[in-house]
Amino acid sequence: MSPISAIVRKEIRSYFVSPIAYVVASVFLLLIGLLSFLAVATASNRSLQMLRGQGSLPDLNLNDIVFRPVFANMAVILLLVVPMLTMRLFAEEKKLKTMELLVTSPVTITDIVVGKFFAAFTVFAGMLALTAVGPLALAPFAQFQWEPLLTAYLGVLLMGGLFLSAGLLASGVTENQIIAVILSFGGLLLFWLFGWAGQVFADSAFGKVLSYLSPLEHFEHLVKGLVTTSDVVYFTAGIVFMLFLTHRVIESQRWR
Amino acid sequence: MIQVEHLTKQYGPKTAIADVSFSVEKGEVLAFLGPNGAGKTTTMRILTASMPATSGSARVAGYDCFDNPREVKRAIGYLPEVPPLYTEMTVTEYLTFVGRLKGVEPERLPGALDRTLEQLSLGEVRGRLIANLSRGFKQRVGLAQALIHDPPVLILDEPTVGLDPKQIIEIRQLIKTLAGSHTIILSTHILPEATAVAQRVVIIHEGRIVAEDSQDQLSARLRRSEKVSLTLKSPAPDARDRLQTLPGVLSVHQEDSTTFLVEAELGHDLREDLARFAVRNEWGLLELKLVTMTLEDVFLRLTQHEEGVEAHP
Repeated sequence: MSPISAIVRKEIRSYFVSPIAYVVASVFLLLIGLLSFLAVATASNRSLQMLRGQGSLPDLNLNDIVFRPVFANMAVILLLVVPMLTMRLFAEEKKLKTMELLVTSPVTITDIVVGKFFAAFTVFAGMLALTAVGPLALAPFAQFQWEPLLTAYLGVLLMGGLFLSAGLLASGVTENQIIAVILSFGGLLLFWLFGWAGQVFADSAFGKVLSYLSPLEHFEHLVKGLVTTSDVVYFTAGIVFMLFLTHRVIESQRWR
Repeated sequence: MIQVEHLTKQYGPKTAIADVSFSVEKGEVLAFLGPNGAGKTTTMRILTASMPATSGSARVAGYDCFDNPREVKRAIGYLPEVPPLYTEMTVTEYLTFVGRLKGVEPERLPGALDRTLEQLSLGEVRGRLIANLSRGFKQRVGLAQALIHDPPVLILDEPTVGLDPKQIIEIRQLIKTLAGSHTIILSTHILPEATAVAQRVVIIHEGRIVAEDSQDQLSARLRRSEKVSLTLKSPAPDARDRLQTLPGVLSVHQEDSTTFLVEAELGHDLREDLARFAVRNEWGLLELKLVTMTLEDVFLRLTQHEEGVEAHP
């Protein structure tokens, strides 16, 4: 067994021996469940209204009126929930002085960073997989396209990965978990606002850069069913860059 | 097994260790003695290849700590001052994780686990959560994680700090049993610890090595005179002055009404003369012993720059 998989296993295990994974997953799934219910209920009301108005069953696209709003809101929930998943990853190790075990073991800092990221990503992906209950439950009663749904899930996975890597970086700079949460939440929100700021300066190159840096626009493409290299590159490059920064931060702490 | 040459580490403008050089032979136990903040932990961290030095070199088991960190880490078992324990794990889970982390092959891991648990008498608590263990057991689990991959070198940072006297004796006993088959460096600011387990002592103060020798030789090197403690049943009131008149005596210090500390020139053993003198005067000789400098005295003399610090029993 490679040291990375030892770290991944240990981290996944510690998610489930503490209440963190259960609480985070419960809150996440509850919110997604409620969101899905509201979206379906709204769609149902709208279709009834249209039925009354037109006298025939309208041709409603479930992808547009149910899943797209659910995924758009899921992004906001991720913003709140993901920092909770990453806050302890390095902060706790430093506080409890167990980091010393990791850095004196024959593993590289890359192994440690990647191992921790994969563990958090696996837990996140597991959480996300449970939300598939919604579309699966709707499938027998309604017609919708699976492809845009899958690309939307790809979008959530990629954006979740980006948020997780940013959260890992925040956890790397402090030994206080609360500070780690605030830093990652604040940092993510800042990038979120870049999208808005990009619209304000839409005419300038600066505005275009800001818009590109915001994950929102890239995420929206994927939710719409549009998979472009540019968006996938944005997320993967973002994840790699955040993990690289985390590596530098942890490495620099060896010198102090 | 360990060679350290001209090692210097600076944290910004602060020099943690300066020009530290020493070596440890295979199977030897070396105590790193110094007050808190002397640079012991910094030196140990550099040796574990977890912290780079500003200048100088350190080699462990033939590998350079900076150029071959992975090989060095494989060769070392390190117990930091605070044992790095995941308290939500059981002892077995924790040691299994550490074994994997240290690169113990999966097929060898169960054997390594059993050997370590037995070596540290942890069998009875193997299934218990580390959080629920006593301080002494936690320290032993900490030592177990350093031993799980059977490294040739052990580096123990203050291994007995915070333990009760019984636990201290147990840990020292363990270290003694590990000596010989392992090369051990242990740091301590507790003086008897160095004398109890180590063959050689390196004294570090303000980041510099102030002495390095065997414990006996250190005392001998620093001793500037021979001292004899003399206890008499009924000394005459002028006993102190009369002792002073004996040939070779430099000074006589009266500790209490019956005990005298007699200092002579180096190489001049006064015991025979003193015994004869006390018997002849019928003072009732109760005890006569040579006072050697304790490590504590050596330590104080070296670190406090107090030229006048004298040895006391």
